[in-house]
Amino acid sequence: MATISMTVNGKQVSGEAQGNTLLVEFLREELKMTGTHVGCDTSQCGACVVHVNGESVKSCTTFVSALDGAEVTTIEGMANDDGTLGVIQQAFQDEHGLQCGFCTPGMVMTIADMLNNNPQPTEAEIREGLKGNICRCTGYHNIVKAAQSAAATLSGAKQAAE
Amino acid sequence: MAKDNVMGSSSKRREDVRFLKGRGRYTDDMNRPGQTYAYILRSWSAHATLNSVDTAAASEAEGVIRVFTGKDIEEAGLGGVPCGWEITDKNGDPMKEPAHPILATGKVRHVGDPIAVVVAETYQQARDAAEMIDIDMTDLPAVVDMRTAETLGTGVHDEAPDNLCYDWELGDAAATDAAFASAAHVTTLEFINNRLVANPMEPRCAIGDYDQDADHYTLYTTSQNPHVIRLLMGAFVLSIPEHKLRVYAPDVGGGFGTKIFHYAEEAFVTWASAQIKRPVKWTSDRSEAFISDAHGRDHVTKAELALDAEGKFLALRADTRANMGAYLSTFAPCVPTWLHGTLLAGQYATPAVHCRVRAMFTNTVPVDAYRGAGRPEATYLLERIINKAAQELGMDQAELRRKNFIRSFPYDTPVALQYDTGDYDATLDAVLKMADYDGFAARKAESASRGKLRGIGLSCYIEACGIAPSSLVGALGARAGLYEAATIRVNPTGSVTVMTGSHSHGQGHETTFAQVVSDALGIPEDQIEIVHGDTDKIPFGMGTYGSRSLAVGGSAIVKAVDKVVAKGKKIAAHLLEAAESDIVFEDGQYKVAGTDKAKAFAEVSLAAYVPHNYPIEEIEPGLEETAFYDPKNFTYPAGSYLCEVEVDPQTGKVEIVALSASDDFGNVVNPMIVEGQVHGGLAQGLGQAMLENAAYDEHGQLVAGSYMDYAMPLAVDLPSFNVETAEGTPCTHNPLGVKGCGEAGAIGSPPALVNAVVNALQDHGIDHIDMPLSPLRVWTAIQNASVKQAAE
Repeated sequence: MATISMTVNGKQVSGEAQGNTLLVEFLREELKMTGTHVGCDTSQCGACVVHVNGESVKSCTTFVSALDGAEVTTIEGMANDDGTLGVIQQAFQDEHGLQCGFCTPGMVMTIADMLNNNPQPTEAEIREGLKGNICRCTGYHNIVKAAQSAAATLSGAKQAAE
Repeated sequence: MAKDNVMGSSSKRREDVRFLKGRGRYTDDMNRPGQTYAYILRSWSAHATLNSVDTAAASEAEGVIRVFTGKDIEEAGLGGVPCGWEITDKNGDPMKEPAHPILATGKVRHVGDPIAVVVAETYQQARDAAEMIDIDMTDLPAVVDMRTAETLGTGVHDEAPDNLCYDWELGDAAATDAAFASAAHVTTLEFINNRLVANPMEPRCAIGDYDQDADHYTLYTTSQNPHVIRLLMGAFVLSIPEHKLRVYAPDVGGGFGTKIFHYAEEAFVTWASAQIKRPVKWTSDRSEAFISDAHGRDHVTKAELALDAEGKFLALRADTRANMGAYLSTFAPCVPTWLHGTLLAGQYATPAVHCRVRAMFTNTVPVDAYRGAGRPEATYLLERIINKAAQELGMDQAELRRKNFIRSFPYDTPVALQYDTGDYDATLDAVLKMADYDGFAARKAESASRGKLRGIGLSCYIEACGIAPSSLVGALGARAGLYEAATIRVNPTGSVTVMTGSHSHGQGHETTFAQVVSDALGIPEDQIEIVHGDTDKIPFGMGTYGSRSLAVGGSAIVKAVDKVVAKGKKIAAHLLEAAESDIVFEDGQYKVAGTDKAKAFAEVSLAAYVPHNYPIEEIEPGLEETAFYDPKNFTYPAGSYLCEVEVDPQTGKVEIVALSASDDFGNVVNPMIVEGQVHGGLAQGLGQAMLENAAYDEHGQLVAGSYMDYAMPLAVDLPSFNVETAEGTPCTHNPLGVKGCGEAGAIGSPPALVNAVVNALQDHGIDHIDMPLSPLRVWTAIQNASVKQAAE
């Protein structure tokens, strides 16, 4: 057992982890943050996607022992400071981009990273960017719309700020 | 006041906020004080004699509390996992119904059959200790192929040495034979409806929690129908009466049928919790889900369609072998029979239909209802053979269907159903327009100029939903009623708590049901709370499957609302000093007809709980009503789907260029949610048609046992969909006029895609390819056809 310290959603946290403890286990069991989900065991479904140092990773295949001192963002850190839904979250609600909600945290985190790197993706680029995330409910139709809507909102806000 | 037009508006989903913030509460998110963890050791052999299970070393391992085997279960006298439906075969005999033990004894019958369970302080300790269990098995020949299962000489169960569970038939065989004898043309199609794994993204999970002080059990579980689990597990497996057993399914991360069934793991953790006096949690991982969640589909069928010279259907004959897997899952026997044979009239006035179904035991995971359940298999059969007939006769696929549509309602089919209403021309016309069917030839030519083969495929489906009239299904072998229950609790200040036996696993009931109640009571949606999933809070319930929640559960809510309003009128009449017969309830007000005298809904509610001025001699205080709704008939959603594909003849790769869907769901409460249901169904149907295949090898090993090998549809595999909900023909026999929308997409889309690919390849002389239409299968079909054409 080793004590791991990291910043999660802007808060300094620490907890006990073994050498083979996965980041998702650390989040869910040690930190009791259950928004990040496990949907497979072959690193394909993406329900477990979080950001580590600003980039999306699959927390089901990341050892927490390598993350001492890292900055981690999870779905619990994506809302606005006043508790209202963040832009991508709001786009998911507005466009009906979720049904059972289980894959949703990973979808939101993946799209956030996608839009960071490519603020105005085409539909084909969005679909390509979601290759590592599986949704069984929506047929992706409204997830794609949510990503497009969030991209429009974010680039509109950026233009207004400039 | 409620906002205008609450019914038919796309209210945003209230449940989304918690899901989007990572605050959904799924079963695996829950942990109980003192909780232990179960790891299940499962059979790696498809069929073997279980000689011995030595748990001595595992029992001594670090953190291990107990190791359980089938012998422990047997000694405790537990029942097996029950089956909820008995089919009577064509000779009048009951189906073969072998025992389904919680943990295997004597024999294992499929890869994944549970043999032993380690319960330990941590999951890792349980898993590590399971590796120390020493199992001695002697392999037996595996029964895998349904086509040879009867004559193989090896029985999965002693009760059925020929592996036949039942041999069932429906329809008039003599009339069908006579029609075939006089037919101008007969089309024959032999095909496989591929086995699928439902794959809800949330794996199953169960926590058993025994309270020894109260002698009371709680099961937290991933279920579409907690009351059904309480009934099956309490009454048939563990002998726990209802008042000592609570089943609670919190947020459920998708189900698609596979979370209907009562599973051995639920019974195990509940029972084991009482043995060790601590909570026991089991969470499936995905690989385990592939070999323990009930699978879907898996039919091998020969179908024949008889037509006259003008293209009128004279008769349809179907002979199907349906896979039951190694044991009978909860609803398995009814899926290929009463949910399949009865749908073989489709949208067509075929005078004679005969269907034979042989259900087979095999050494594979049990097969049960998966999104559509029998109806996708029936639709695939019918819509594929119609296209093959059109191809053989040189007729247009839309015109051949139109020649045969049912246009007079109510319509009694030759396979036991009565369609109450429908308008099949309307959805066909709509989809042809949406997809620009007339412009296809130009698009095909454009594709050809790029070396691609373009095809267009139609499918006109019907389904029987709103399951189901209890007396009818009882006569057909169901061991339960299929009504739904609801309680409307009007609170003193006029807010409303709705307890419903339906249970959302992604369908958005908290939003849709609030819309229904808001509309009926004229109060804002935010004054209404929907409670579901908990047997301690809800009077009773049969749950969510078969596109039944709004049609049956919603109707129960409406009935309960009607009772509330009826009582409210008595209270209002007293308060307004008017005759009860003069009181009308509209827009949230009890009014004296023809006057401006009125009492608001909340004023009447308060009077019911503060009955100072109250007709106390006539009625009791309080305002809470419960209703059970038993449907009078099934509902019959129907629609037309058109799929357009481009095939690359060099690689066999199919690209879905467009998918247009026109559905008649009757009245629609929330169009946004309804369209979302169709999108999801389409993805699963297209997944079946193009990608997914739960393939077994000849030894009974599941070859596609993880997402590495089982091709789940990804965003890149699918197009954006063109979905329209038709004006529709409201259901005639439920109070909302709704039909159900959850399964349509998965039912209508597989034949649309296969028809489109075959249409693209028809110049090669190809008239069928079995699903899934992988590049290899399509490419091979093209190569074989080219060789054949060259030889001719």
